[in-house]
Amino acid sequence: MTAPTTILSRAQSLVEEFELFDDWMDKYQYVIDLGKELEPIDDAFRTETHKIQGCQSQVWLQPCSQGRDIWFKADSDAQITKGLIAILLRVLNHSDVSEILQSELSFLEELELKEHLSPTRKNGLDAMIKQIKLYAAAIQASDSIRS
Amino acid sequence: MDTKTGHIETEQEKSHGEISKPIDAAVIDRIRADFPTLHQRVHGHPLAYLDNAATSQKPHAVLEAIEMYYRKDNSNVHRGVHTLSQRATDAYELARKQIAEFIGAGSTREIIFTRGTTESINLVASSLGGMILQPGDEILISAMEHHSNIVPWQLICSKMGAVLQVAHVTEDGELDIQDFRSKLSKKTKLVAITHVSNSLGTINPVEQIIADAHALNIPVLLDGAQAVPHLQVDVRDLGVDFYCLSSHKLFGPTGFGILYGKESILDRMPPYQGGGDMIDQVDFSGTTFNELPHKFEAGTPHIAGAIGFAAALQYVEKVGFDVIQRQEADLLAYATEGLSSISGLRIVGQAQEKASVLSFLVGKSHPYDVGSILDRFGIAVRTGHHCTQPLMKLLGVPGTVRASFAFYNTRSEVDRLVEAVGQAGAMLA
Repeated sequence: MTAPTTILSRAQSLVEEFELFDDWMDKYQYVIDLGKELEPIDDAFRTETHKIQGCQSQVWLQPCSQGRDIWFKADSDAQITKGLIAILLRVLNHSDVSEILQSELSFLEELELKEHLSPTRKNGLDAMIKQIKLYAAAIQASDSIRS
Repeated sequence: MDTKTGHIETEQEKSHGEISKPIDAAVIDRIRADFPTLHQRVHGHPLAYLDNAATSQKPHAVLEAIEMYYRKDNSNVHRGVHTLSQRATDAYELARKQIAEFIGAGSTREIIFTRGTTESINLVASSLGGMILQPGDEILISAMEHHSNIVPWQLICSKMGAVLQVAHVTEDGELDIQDFRSKLSKKTKLVAITHVSNSLGTINPVEQIIADAHALNIPVLLDGAQAVPHLQVDVRDLGVDFYCLSSHKLFGPTGFGILYGKESILDRMPPYQGGGDMIDQVDFSGTTFNELPHKFEAGTPHIAGAIGFAAALQYVEKVGFDVIQRQEADLLAYATEGLSSISGLRIVGQAQEKASVLSFLVGKSHPYDVGSILDRFGIAVRTGHHCTQPLMKLLGVPGTVRASFAFYNTRSEVDRLVEAVGQAGAMLA
């Protein structure tokens, strides 16, 4: 199988995967399982500085980049949160910074996951997306200074 | 159960006294019919509302009282000469009288209307604290306080150079009374403690606390937000100096609450906020203030809040604290037994005297995950630190899942809770 290469195509394949579940429990279980497969963050990033504010559970985000290729590692002490992060990162990781900055991430609605989230969890996810875009913008800015 | 202390009889005591039987299901069904919010489906399941310690649902009687006020009597109080203003003022001041009677206050001059417990505590902290505190003086609270009975004291202590002392709480979630006593001294200017813990349900030995403090002439403020839905409180019997409560925890509207204070102390305290209604004469050279209780009530008040709350108290009296306490004691015992049967479940807070609040953790699962899954089963609980971060830290937990019962909850809702918690535990294992 050829790996999907854009945010849009990766999101599309996730939406298709989730369409297989008609039961919310199976969907939740899958989210939890995806969280368990998340690549662990380096201990150096498990700090207050790298914590996402606005989450009821604790979430840490570690940015990684090589040139304009950007990806993230993340962790949370709550499993559903961790699963949602895994979904988000599966779509966003290894994208070009400009693609991340332009993405609208509407696939979260299509997964029908956002409606299951409590307002605080929704705020937490929004805060995480905002932080990811901030990192991408910083890389974009330093890249344009260099060139 | 003793209606004042919340004491639940032992088997031996029961055999000597009245036998505490669960309330007939038909009675609870009739009560449930009074609460429109309870009759809806959430995620395809009938709603099981077990978040009563956060806020309670409102009976028809309260909704109707508020609607009638706005439909027929809406007018500003205390100022108008016209008929509607008179009717609104009468209803508003009648509410004060009913509230005074409900908590056993000596007069309506001792009932200050506030936005809720938080504002009541802030009022005392700011007005009394600003008047009496000297550098080095102390205020004594406990480690199980809600943030609203911590932060106002921190603010006034830091302003006046005073020190906030904290009495320990045991692993079971009880006040360490020896530690409390050891921290009472000549420096202590006020004791501010919760009557019932919002996180754990612990009912504190308030008679003992008041006796110990009064022996050293130290006034006592009780945070009664979580106590009044469960216990019949009589402020004069208790001899407490200040008692704070919120309408919305007691089946009344949000944004309204009470500060009870002994008239002798309230009279000496300076106003808290300035504005209309709290003045006697205003001149640019100075202002004289209105009498109690209006001295502490600046601006147009929450008139509908007072009227709605009075209706809630009437409703509670109609149901009766004997019914309320028998039902809640039964639900607490039944839920404690049911949840305890789940492997890996830990109940946080095992005080001898408890209101119908049950905090717990399932294995290593985050409370937030458990709460999210329970919501999918139509079960409303609270998760997190419950605005008691210091207590959570002390107990070494990130937070808890908290189920809190009102008299309109049922054993079948508890059954659903136990089953759903079991499922959540399996999903998150």
